[in-house]
Amino acid sequence: MASSDLREKMRKKRRALQETLGRVREDADTQVLVATDWEMSKDGERTAVQEPSGSEEQQVATLKQTLKAQRMKRRKKLVEDTPAETPPEAATGASEVERGPRAGESRTPVAAASSSRRSPRDLPPLPASSTLTLSEGPMKRRMVEKLKAARSKAESLLQQEALAEPASRLQGLRDRDPLTRFDTEADLGVRRRDDGAAPLVGRVTFREVAHRGWRRAEVDSGLPTAEEAYNFFTFNFDPEPLEEAAEQKKERRFVEDRGVEEEEEEGGGGGEEEAQVEDGGEGESGSEEEDKEEDAEGRSEGAPLVEDQQGELFIDETAQDFLEVKKAEYLGYHSRVQRESEVLFTPSLRTVPTSCKVPENMQPRYLEEEGLYVGERPPVSLANQNILENRILQQDEAKKWFGDDGRVLALTDPIKQSSTRPPLFNLEEDLDPALQTVYRKALKTRHASRYVAGLGETAGRCQLDVDVSGLIFSHHPLFSREHVLGVRLVQLYDQHLNRQHRNITGLLTDKLHGLRNAVRNITDLHGDRGLNVVMRQRIAEYRLEVRNTRRLRDVEQEKDRTLLKSTLKVWKEMKALREFQRFTNTAYKLHLRKQEVNQSRDEQDFEEEIQMELVELQGELEEEYQRKISQYRQQLEEWKAWRKKQKVSSKKKKKKKKKKEPNEGDKDDEDEDEQEEKDLGSEPPKPEPPERQELSLLEQQVREKAARIRRKPGEPILVPEVTLSGNITPNEQCPRGEFARREDVARRSLFVKVLYNDKEVSRTDRRPLGADFRVHFGQIFNLKIANWPESVRLQVFEASGSSSALLAEVFVPLPESTVLTGSAPPQELEFSSSQRVTFNHEGVGSDVPFSFEADGSNKLTLLTSGKLSCCVSWAVGENDIPLAPPTSQTPGGIHGALRQTDAIACIGASGLSDMKRLSKWAAESRLDPNDPSNVVLMQLLTVASSGEVQVPDYFRLEQLQEEFNFVTDEELQKSRRFRLLTLRSQEVVEFRNYKNVPAVEREVSEKVFQDYEKRLRDGEVVDTKEHLDPHRAVVAKYLKKIRESVMNRFLIAKHHFLLSDLVQEDEVPSIGVLGLNIFKLAEPKRPLKPRRKERKKVTAQNLADGNIKLLVNIIRAYDIPVRKPHPSKPAVASKSARSFTEAFVAAQSSQSALHGNDWPLNQVQVRPFVEVTFQRSVRQTTTADGPNPCWNEELELPFSAPNGDYSTSSLQSVKDEVFINIFDEMTFDITEDDRERGSTVHTRIEKHWLGSVKIPFSTIYLQSRIDGTFKVQSPPVLLGYSKERSLAGEGGYDSVLSLSEGSFVTLFITIQPQLIPGESVREKMKEMKFDSQEDERLLHAAEAFQRDAALRFPGRPCLTTVIDISGKAVFITRYVRPLSPPQELLDAFPNSPQEATELVARYVSLIPSLPDSVSFTSICDLWSTSDQFLALLAGDEEEHAVLLCCYFLAMGKKAWLIIGTAIPEGPTAYVLTYEQGRYLIWDPGRGQYYGQYDTFCPLQSVGCLINADNVWFNTQVYDAPMRMGFDVSRSKLWKPFFSRAFPNPGLSSVQPEELVYRRVDKVAAAELQDRIEKVLKEKIMEWRPRHPTRWNRYCTSTLRHFLPKLEQSRGRDVGDEHRLELQSMLGDYRISGFPLNVPFSELQPIVEAVYSTGVHNVEVSNVEFALAVYVHPYASNVLSVWVYLASLVRTR
Amino acid sequence: MATNNPSVFLVMINGQIEGANFPEYDDLYCKYCFVYGNDWAPTSGLEEGISQIACRGQGTQPALVWNFPLEITFKSTNPFGWPQIAVSVYGPDTFGNDVVRGYGAVHVPLTPGKHVRTVPMFVPESTSRLQKFTSWLMGRRPEFTDPKVVAQGEGREVTRVRSQGTVTISFNIVTKDMKKLGYDATPSEALSAYTHLQG
Repeated sequence: MASSDLREKMRKKRRALQETLGRVREDADTQVLVATDWEMSKDGERTAVQEPSGSEEQQVATLKQTLKAQRMKRRKKLVEDTPAETPPEAATGASEVERGPRAGESRTPVAAASSSRRSPRDLPPLPASSTLTLSEGPMKRRMVEKLKAARSKAESLLQQEALAEPASRLQGLRDRDPLTRFDTEADLGVRRRDDGAAPLVGRVTFREVAHRGWRRAEVDSGLPTAEEAYNFFTFNFDPEPLEEAAEQKKERRFVEDRGVEEEEEEGGGGGEEEAQVEDGGEGESGSEEEDKEEDAEGRSEGAPLVEDQQGELFIDETAQDFLEVKKAEYLGYHSRVQRESEVLFTPSLRTVPTSCKVPENMQPRYLEEEGLYVGERPPVSLANQNILENRILQQDEAKKWFGDDGRVLALTDPIKQSSTRPPLFNLEEDLDPALQTVYRKALKTRHASRYVAGLGETAGRCQLDVDVSGLIFSHHPLFSREHVLGVRLVQLYDQHLNRQHRNITGLLTDKLHGLRNAVRNITDLHGDRGLNVVMRQRIAEYRLEVRNTRRLRDVEQEKDRTLLKSTLKVWKEMKALREFQRFTNTAYKLHLRKQEVNQSRDEQDFEEEIQMELVELQGELEEEYQRKISQYRQQLEEWKAWRKKQKVSSKKKKKKKKKKEPNEGDKDDEDEDEQEEKDLGSEPPKPEPPERQELSLLEQQVREKAARIRRKPGEPILVPEVTLSGNITPNEQCPRGEFARREDVARRSLFVKVLYNDKEVSRTDRRPLGADFRVHFGQIFNLKIANWPESVRLQVFEASGSSSALLAEVFVPLPESTVLTGSAPPQELEFSSSQRVTFNHEGVGSDVPFSFEADGSNKLTLLTSGKLSCCVSWAVGENDIPLAPPTSQTPGGIHGALRQTDAIACIGASGLSDMKRLSKWAAESRLDPNDPSNVVLMQLLTVASSGEVQVPDYFRLEQLQEEFNFVTDEELQKSRRFRLLTLRSQEVVEFRNYKNVPAVEREVSEKVFQDYEKRLRDGEVVDTKEHLDPHRAVVAKYLKKIRESVMNRFLIAKHHFLLSDLVQEDEVPSIGVLGLNIFKLAEPKRPLKPRRKERKKVTAQNLADGNIKLLVNIIRAYDIPVRKPHPSKPAVASKSARSFTEAFVAAQSSQSALHGNDWPLNQVQVRPFVEVTFQRSVRQTTTADGPNPCWNEELELPFSAPNGDYSTSSLQSVKDEVFINIFDEMTFDITEDDRERGSTVHTRIEKHWLGSVKIPFSTIYLQSRIDGTFKVQSPPVLLGYSKERSLAGEGGYDSVLSLSEGSFVTLFITIQPQLIPGESVREKMKEMKFDSQEDERLLHAAEAFQRDAALRFPGRPCLTTVIDISGKAVFITRYVRPLSPPQELLDAFPNSPQEATELVARYVSLIPSLPDSVSFTSICDLWSTSDQFLALLAGDEEEHAVLLCCYFLAMGKKAWLIIGTAIPEGPTAYVLTYEQGRYLIWDPGRGQYYGQYDTFCPLQSVGCLINADNVWFNTQVYDAPMRMGFDVSRSKLWKPFFSRAFPNPGLSSVQPEELVYRRVDKVAAAELQDRIEKVLKEKIMEWRPRHPTRWNRYCTSTLRHFLPKLEQSRGRDVGDEHRLELQSMLGDYRISGFPLNVPFSELQPIVEAVYSTGVHNVEVSNVEFALAVYVHPYASNVLSVWVYLASLVRTR
Repeated sequence: MATNNPSVFLVMINGQIEGANFPEYDDLYCKYCFVYGNDWAPTSGLEEGISQIACRGQGTQPALVWNFPLEITFKSTNPFGWPQIAVSVYGPDTFGNDVVRGYGAVHVPLTPGKHVRTVPMFVPESTSRLQKFTSWLMGRRPEFTDPKVVAQGEGREVTRVRSQGTVTISFNIVTKDMKKLGYDATPSEALSAYTHLQG
């Protein structure tokens, strides 16, 4: 342990050293800092001084370097001394450490060195790994280590051998070792250059050698030679590096550690030598020492091993054997520092003096102080800033980085301090309307489609040439009057020229001639007779055309004429004006050329024309006349008819009158007539015949017109010609006004701006306004465009002097892409301006009235207007490529009149393919069929109309749909298979899970639908046969309907999934759960009292037939009736009056007292066994002995779901019940021959039914397990059995057991595997909000109440609102209201209120439970009111309870509704009454009551109490009725719904005020009785197919006699009496039998009940049966059915 | 059996769940089950199965290999409800709890021949961060109540899933009498090749 001591000492020493050094270092640091500061400033000075001389700069640099080197050296020493601490430079310095800087510290330097040697693939060693591995297997590790160390040495040797490489690994390491320590100082690049090569090579070779060694070993691995054996122990064969990477990693680390350690040792030895050799080596040896210390410390955890090892094993010797000791090559520290200082620079942390940063001889300027705004600079730590500045200053052009204020240039902080978007508070509430988001329809941006498509390639390839050639004013403010006239003249002349050019008149005249000729030709050809219909029609058409053409021609001619006239007039005016003002302004001159015409021919033509027209007009008039005549005739006819009628009617009247007043004269009659006619004032006027127009008049009209519009015959044709040949009076000769005007004109100049897409792109030069008011620009602008052209606008500006004003704006239509420069015609665009301009000179101004007349009349107002001639076209590029955008993009259509004539423009290009439209258009536009340009079209039209191309008259979206309809809809409907599939997918009940729909139609039989169709058919028909009672049948139908509607709701809900339906996810455990779990850890593994553990629940979906089993654990039974020996002496039992007190106090049955001593103690009392029937499978237990048997047996019954559908919904609607029947096994010795008795056993076994328990499957499913003691439903009388309690033992705990009467059986039932009950469905139904008419506030409160309740006591049911039969939520208290029971019930026991109460309870219990309540309760409880309940005569526990509660209230009791859970019903409703200081719990379904402390009360827990006023939720610790108080006034125990804070608003009841009961129908009851008896007898015979069934009539009648008595006593305590009676009658029969009492709903349950008793199973040959049925009717058709069933075996 | 007038068609599926690619997980096993419609019935073979636990291969091949054979024959009258194979993959998490690593389903290919299907897998997400954390901690991640959920479309909208990994399944399909019942599932090219072979 010397080594450890030594280490301890060393550590101490080191710590002390460190402390001192720390102090020293601080001093040194400040010194250094001061020094640098000084140096810096000096540097600055020097550079400032020596700047001009470049050579001296170098000197400075070297000087600096030397200085720095010195500084470094000094500092380095310090650094070396405290390698464990981070040098300040290293922390902030620019030259970052190469390796993870802290690695070197946290590990030892050795480790650092080793890590550098590690192959790059290796992971960095985990610091903990060494300790871990060491602790794991120290010995093995040690071995491995040693071997490795040896191997590494061997490898180094090998290396030396194999490669003549002088640099050994150790040397390489030595080289590197100091470097790793200096690396904090060393720059990366420098390091690489310096020593990167050697160690790299070393590393590589080392690996190579290692591998070689390994390989060799591998190769030679045959038999181990001596050498190999030696090697095996001395060398470490490198484990496969790939295979055991992890292992190797650790091992390698050890190897390395060791290797280095050894190095270290040697190095330590050599270091001392070196210390003497090297000059600056004082520090080094120290550092080496330091290293060693570090090493020792670093491995302190693993150190003992290593330390031990040294002295322990042979490894040292071997190592020395194989090692060649060499002097370490070591570069002196000093020289290294010097070398490094040449290349390295560490920016200082010191603040750079401002003087260094600003240009020389300048004071820093602070802009902020000067009042200028300076943005806030981004925050940078001062240290970083200093470093940066220092670094920058090192560079050549350092100054440019600094601003005037001597700080580094920086942009302002771009990050805003506050968020741009204002925070939105109150997210839940409604937003401020101003902040409300408003929906706006998406807008298409205007610029979206403005770019020319395909711009990528053709960018800038589109070019629009805008040629602005010039403009002419048609009016200008500076116009003189003469100008105005001149312009008008020119305009008229232009018009004239234009018209002449188009020559419409001529064309029309020609056309007219042609048409006339055609008509004439036709008539000539065919004459008047031979005209067929077609021809006649054609003629008519021609005539019409002629008429139209003539009219058009007349109009045109008139226009021509007026134009000529007005031209002449203007010219005359102009001439007059010129004369008047005595100067001329314009050069206009009108010449009229006269063309002489042949007078006579002209006249002839004229006349001919007129005649022709006359003839035509005549024809027209004739036609018109004919039409009118026909019209007139028609009207006349009508009038006459009317007239006639009139007369007839008046005659009749006259006749009447004549009869009246036969003596009166004719005159009177006429008067009457007239009067009558006057009365009928609505008489149509007598039509007048049309008149024929005079021919002469017509001719006159024609001639007048001709004179007006046509050249007179003989008049020369005048051709006007306007020339500009006139002389303009020079300025000097003009009057002053005119002179001023002309001056003004000369001053004006104009220019045009070109705006493209509302942007000015260019403008023309200014051009002076000429005296003729024409401006010539002649400029072409080439616009290279990227945007889609939307508008090209030209703005005309007028400038006078320097000011310019917008005169007008002209929109230039965008050219078609086919309009190209060169071929585009110039356009003349008119413009005008509404500017008002007035002058005081001759200029007429604009928008100013002026007159040509001297008197100022006939005023004119002219606006500035003119024409701009320009041309916009697409340019043509090189190679004649038009620089136009693709045509497809052309937006907008072509407007204007073009449409009329251009087919494509009119109906669109796509319309061309639509023949209909095309032909329609052709018909409309009356295409000239002779026009050659229309020929193609016409041909096409003829083809189309001839019907070659049939275009359907309708539009169809999917034209080919028809072809895909492989079968018509009707056929599809008819298909049975399709129908089957459809019904299945609709989830119709019959087909919901129908499997294997046949593949082909013929295999689907009609039978499949029979049931379904029958159901549909039977929807309304009431089938009375099955139900024996019409009323019940109706009810059954009604229930069915309700069920269907509920099922529909449910189906909808089924398709509505919640997350929990699909994903199983654990709840986040609460603290409580966690705590419990922790406690569970401490639980004993095998507790003494094991409890049933919750099993894993299985979802129903992945189940199949046979997977599910029903486990029934029958544990024990109490108080089974015992057999009674064949009684020899009849005992008379006195029926004692029972009272309530008897029920509470252990009531000793009278029977036991009577018969107790009859029993011989050794006789077998009873041998009961239990038989469980479920889904027709039967299991039974073994037979036990005695009245309190214990079976403790588990019975397994298979379960199969209906239709194999194991979904939750289907499982919930399983209606099957588990019958648990208790039988007595009776053996009879039937060995006939006594001699065989010794050798043969021949017995007959009979089983006698003792009682049963029925549990519906749905209850088991929903509760997942049923655990408890149940009362066995046993008949009131069991023939041959009696209850013998006291026999088991007279005293003791017997009294406890017999607290309640009846037998009990303890059961545990569950389903294996546990199914998840359809909780989710109910949850979903809850989610489906039912609408309600309740107050919102009440509903909210109810919800809150329920939620709170669920939170505090999750298990306890709490009801506040329920759903009534119409599906609306109703507050529960509304159901409770005093309702009087049927009067006869109350009258039955006028003296005994208790009896009456019990009778009422019985009455309620006799109302049958809903036969399929299971499917109801599981989905949602529908609460019907009591009158509905009584009308339906069916309902579940809630309805029973409500009715009973209401009755009790009416009877003046204190009664509440209990909402709780009971077995086996599950969640249910009971009734609580308070009587005689005790609380009684009534089971409304069975009509039984229990005391609060009754052990066998089926009510297990109480959730809440309800009466008409309030709802109380149970907030007590316990909810078992035995352990709780029922005093609702104690707020500690019960939480009321309506409290002072929320008082009862006085809810009205939903119950009727009074229940109306139907009268007892005894006849119907008797009838029903007979029917039931008949059916049952048939059934029993049916169940005994192999045996004859004999009926004992005598017995039957006796039994029938008993039944009413039973009903009267409600099945109590009559057994003995009538048994005795029976016995006396049928003494020699062994009778076993019992009466059954069931409420009547349907026949089927009765049959089932009889079947389940198994009476029919008696197979004795001489058995006889007796069956009696009694139906006792109560009010409102409530029937109590008694079935007395007995089997008789003759004993003698 | 009257082969001329078949009333059912048969689909025979041979194949195997070849393996999976779950880059992050190891030691996985998978369960499969077939999900099919009402008109389908398996006539022979296993409807569901559970594979061995496979560890990831070392070295270059990162995939897990199960090579778990599938062999089942279905008969059906109606292509509606064509069988799907629903695969769920499980494996231990960091704490060794068995958690689900993926669900996935794919239809059995319709056409005869060999098909390889790569089924992307996904797992349901936790409903909240806290849930996620606790489920991670307790090793009880959210799972589908029924692995067959992934073969149904109904109710999936309420779930959120995260994708992870893929499973490769190869199928060899043979069908019988499909054509006779009027269902032509063979692509035209395959058919032509077939007829060519016949000719």
